[in-house]
Amino acid sequence: MTCFGSEYNKFQKMWDKLFSKFNSTIIQNNFEYPYYRLLGNKDASDIHGKINFITRLNQKFYDYANSTKNFFINDINYVSSCYGLDKWANQFYWHMYKYAMEVPAIPYLSFNIANIIKSIYGKNKKAFVLDLDNTLWGGIVGDDGVENLAIGPEVPSGQVYSEFQNYLKEHKSLGVILNVNSKNEYENAIAGLNHPAGTLKPDDFIIIKANWNPKNLNVKDIAEELNLGADSFVFVDDNPAERQIVKSYIDGIVTPEIDVPENYIRTIDHNGYFEITNFSNEDLKKNELYKDNAKRSQMMATFDNYEDYLLSLKMKAEISPFKPIYLERISQLSNKSNQFNLTTKRYSLADIEEVNKDDNYIKLYGKLEDIFGDNGVITVVIGNIKNKDELHIDLWIMSCRVLKRNMEFAMMDELVKKAQGKNIKTIYGYYYPTFKNKMVNNFYDLQGFEEISCDSQGNKIYKLDISKGYTNKNNVIEVHE
Amino acid sequence: MENEEIYERLNTVFRDVFDDESIVVKPETTSKDIEDWDSLEHINLVVAVEQEFGIKFNMNEVTTMKNVGEMVDIIKSRI
Repeated sequence: MTCFGSEYNKFQKMWDKLFSKFNSTIIQNNFEYPYYRLLGNKDASDIHGKINFITRLNQKFYDYANSTKNFFINDINYVSSCYGLDKWANQFYWHMYKYAMEVPAIPYLSFNIANIIKSIYGKNKKAFVLDLDNTLWGGIVGDDGVENLAIGPEVPSGQVYSEFQNYLKEHKSLGVILNVNSKNEYENAIAGLNHPAGTLKPDDFIIIKANWNPKNLNVKDIAEELNLGADSFVFVDDNPAERQIVKSYIDGIVTPEIDVPENYIRTIDHNGYFEITNFSNEDLKKNELYKDNAKRSQMMATFDNYEDYLLSLKMKAEISPFKPIYLERISQLSNKSNQFNLTTKRYSLADIEEVNKDDNYIKLYGKLEDIFGDNGVITVVIGNIKNKDELHIDLWIMSCRVLKRNMEFAMMDELVKKAQGKNIKTIYGYYYPTFKNKMVNNFYDLQGFEEISCDSQGNKIYKLDISKGYTNKNNVIEVHE
Repeated sequence: MENEEIYERLNTVFRDVFDDESIVVKPETTSKDIEDWDSLEHINLVVAVEQEFGIKFNMNEVTTMKNVGEMVDIIKSRI
């Protein structure tokens, strides 16, 4: 076997072994380039060159990563080149302490790994909230007029904003939601966004707040209208005072310290807010889904009776035991859902695969579609069968996109049906309070459960006796498997 | 820079690295005199001293330095 082949095989054997033994997630470093080049520039292209060797080895790692779930590359090749390879590969630290990089470089390495881990656990940011004047274009639309804004290819100051708009627009395809938060007359904001040279048009945004309210209030409103936590927002504003206000009033929001426009992209990008690990079809469609929701709220306004509104949506649900194609989405949902989440138990993809294999669990996912569109997989329930006739609900989550659609009742009906099929007599539900899940404080009360205990922290246990029958609660959604 | 000022700044660095406000470094201070001064903390100490004075030690210096006094001599020769 070649030297290259045996070097690679060493790694692949190790990964395969780790997967079969622990079924865990693996984060593997790729290699940074060597700090010297024996063959000079030829070291890159010649098969005997070390640069060439590392390049090929890294490529093999990527091939493995592309064909393997739960396997991620920590791209230190990129981090080291951003940092500067000569500084990174400071041989003093290697010979003195066997540190593979100089100590001041370690925070960059750690941050890079932390971003991957954060993303695996669904802690990525979800949306941009963007200022307009001197952020998306140069100049102030209200004072200077649309025709005098710096945007477009003619001059350097316009190019830099065009590039920034392109960069933001690229995020849409990753499922990141764009919103505007600007101190402007609404008409002026829209006129600016309709600038012929701009890449971002009013239609690219889900919510546009252009008014004279304090920006922190606008952020709150945007969060409410999107049903998202404001801590999942990235607030981009060239004005440090606005950033300060938003940061001090909104817990967990990030406000990148952008300085000059030519550095906007780098500053935001190096923060790794939207690190991609598991990428689902849901992410691709996210912007459409939020648009559909806006249409639903318009329609709701035309009905007096809420049930009539729900019926008019002609909802159809698919509720069924886990299927392999949805496991990734199910894991993603378990890590992302904070509000409609009874136990806030997180499941990695590997965990979900374990549950899926185990017959002691009843596990259901639910998909919901209506006349405005398909929401995809938006709810998951996992129940653990214990003592033969008890079902303990470990996880009950639902995406806030489908709040108040009675989907949770349709899920309960199916869960009870499945439980009865397994001769379950009693279902136990658990509610563990967090800062974010107050909305489901009374969830099991609404489902007709009886509270049997509540400790000083507000952790509650409920039960429902189904041995003497159960009446279905959903009558607005058509359900199939 | 006077010796006195160097010792004062070094003292701050030592207290910070070893998280011990009672440390007072003297020329004859060595790793035996400070409980937490092990090989790992030594790395942090060297990096912190380098940052404080904006200098870099070379390998020979780090491996032969016997006590704080010798460290100060090196710092003095650089600034």
